[in-house]
Formats: sequence, C-alpha cells, structure tokens
Amino acid sequence: MQQNKITATKNASALSTLSFKKGLKDGLPIGLGYFPVAFAFGVQASIAGVPLIMSLFISMTNLTSAGQLAGLSIIASCGTILEMILTQLVINSRYFLMSITLTQKLDGSFSLGHRFLCSAFVTDEIFAVASSKPKTFGRKYFYGLVILPYLGWSLGTLFGSFTGDVLPPVVTSALGIALYAMFIAIIIPPSIYSRGVFPAVALGALISCALYFIPIFDILSTGICVIISAIITALIIALIFPVKEEEVQS
Amino acid sequence: MSIGEMALMILVMAGVTYLIRMIPFVFFRKKIKSDYLKSVLFYLPYAVLSAMTFPYIFYSTGNFYTALLGTVVAIIVAVFKRSLLTVAVCACLTALIFGFIL
Repeated sequence: MQQNKITATKNASALSTLSFKKGLKDGLPIGLGYFPVAFAFGVQASIAGVPLIMSLFISMTNLTSAGQLAGLSIIASCGTILEMILTQLVINSRYFLMSITLTQKLDGSFSLGHRFLCSAFVTDEIFAVASSKPKTFGRKYFYGLVILPYLGWSLGTLFGSFTGDVLPPVVTSALGIALYAMFIAIIIPPSIYSRGVFPAVALGALISCALYFIPIFDILSTGICVIISAIITALIIALIFPVKEEEVQS
Repeated sequence: MSIGEMALMILVMAGVTYLIRMIPFVFFRKKIKSDYLKSVLFYLPYAVLSAMTFPYIFYSTGNFYTALLGTVVAIIVAVFKRSLLTVAVCACLTALIFGFIL
C-alpha cells in the first residue's frame, strides 16, 4: 500500500498535458466511424427480433462490435447463459491484453475510481488511438476521447434498430464491411512507416487465414482463432523486430 | 425468449465484457521492464486487428466480390492516411455500388 502511494505521487508529478478538447478531436473520427457500424448492428438486431430498447441496452452496456454480434446470435437462437459467458470471454479476451498495454500509458490522474469507470471504454479503436500517443495521457484526455465514440455507438444502434426493417438488404449488407474497413484504416498507415508493423499485420492475416481455411481447425471458434493468430504473431515479430524505446513511444 | 430473460442475457454479456477490460486496467500497476514483453505488447494490437480482419472481411457483405472490391478500396484509401470515417464510408459505398451491379 505504502509502495503504491509513493508510485502514485511520483506519477502525479508528471501529469500529461493532453487536454479534454484534444481527446474530443481524436475521438470524433472514431465516433463518426462507429455510427454506421452500430447502425448495421441495430439493423441486424431488429431483424433478429430484438426490441429497440433492448438493442440500445446492449450497445450502451457492451460497446463492442464483435462481442455484440456474437451475443445477438446467442440471444436470437435462445442460447444458454453459459454459452454467452464462454463466447464473450473468448471473443473479448483481446481487451484484456489491450487494457494491460494501456495501463503503461496512464498518468497519475487515473485514481482507482476513474480506472473502474474508464476501463469500460476500452475498444479496438480507442485503444489504437490512445496507445499510439507518444507519452502518457491523463483522464481528461481519455474522457474526451471516449465520449463521441460512445455517443456514435449508442445513437447508431438507436437509428439502426429504428429503420432496420425498411432498409433494402443491398444497403444493410454493404454496411457489414464498415467495421473491417476501420480496422484496415488503423493497421495500414503504421505498416508503411514502422518497420515491424507490416510483418506483424501480414503474419497475423496469414495465420488467421490458415486457421480459417484448414479443415482440422474448424473445431476452434472464431474468437479463439483470432487470439491464437495474434499471440503467435506478436511473439514471433517481437523476436525478429525488437522495438526500441523511442519507437514504442512514437 | 421473454424480455426478462433477454435482459438477463444482456447483463451477463455486459458483465463478462466489463470484467475482461476492468481487471487489468484497475489491478495492473507495474511498468513493464522487459524489452521483449514491451515489443510483444507493441505488436499485439496490430496482430489482433489484422487477424480479426482477414479473412472475415471477405465475407462481411454476403458477396465475396463486393467485399473484395471494398477491401481493396479501403486499403488504397488507408495508404493515403485518410480518417477512419473516410475509409469506412469509401468501403461501404464501393460494396453498395458493386452490390447493385454484380
């Protein structure tokens, strides 16, 4: 406990200068990007027979695309609670790794209560933006960063489940690519300027495709396949292209 | 499934998802010293996102060809470092337009 206090004071003396406004600015494209993806989720939820208020409840309490889609299919097929727990554990376990990585960037303004609250907003995109900050960041920046994505996600779901039944299938199926396109927008630019990132992206895709297409791996769920691919990739690429301190911070 | 059962399922879903995010965020306080581990953590998000995207993006629109074209457009737009929104909208529009044609 004493040890913790000392560390906290030390960190507090080096508070980050990133403002709430800077957070909002960084969060705006994520929020705008979330809207169509959440819209697509709302549409699918409404097609699956989930009432509007329930789809909104899912998005406001979960804030995760892949996990919500999987959860929706379990609800639609009247699955069991155990099935729900296992599926979410597997699909969302990447957040565990992302949260660990993010703790390395938090400054002294993140007291215990704020950590409990802020952790709910760790998503792929928020993680990608926050972890790419050169130094530590404070809670004000983080709250600024997450507000618009949260609004975009909730409002998108609301509008999606509202209009779900009236949209032609050709439109709703085109929306299905939105989320993946965002992932591409996150991984491609650093692939060009950071020497180890492209090999990591390429190897991750390669292993993931191998697990998907080789029949014996059919026993593994999608979530498990993603985790296996990512961990093997990161372990190998970190050996071949060790990152120097400056690179980690750039 | 009744509304009550559905609400319970959603609460379970939200609870599990929150715990996965919260436990390391709240309880992990050490600075990682090992350079190898730091490198692994640096590459992990890219590896996760890449593995989540491929090959699943090709099946995201229900039509392999519209998805493939959408993917190519997304990559090209991303190379020019456009925002997440621009990339997502371009990919969706491509899939939509070719969805009408193909």
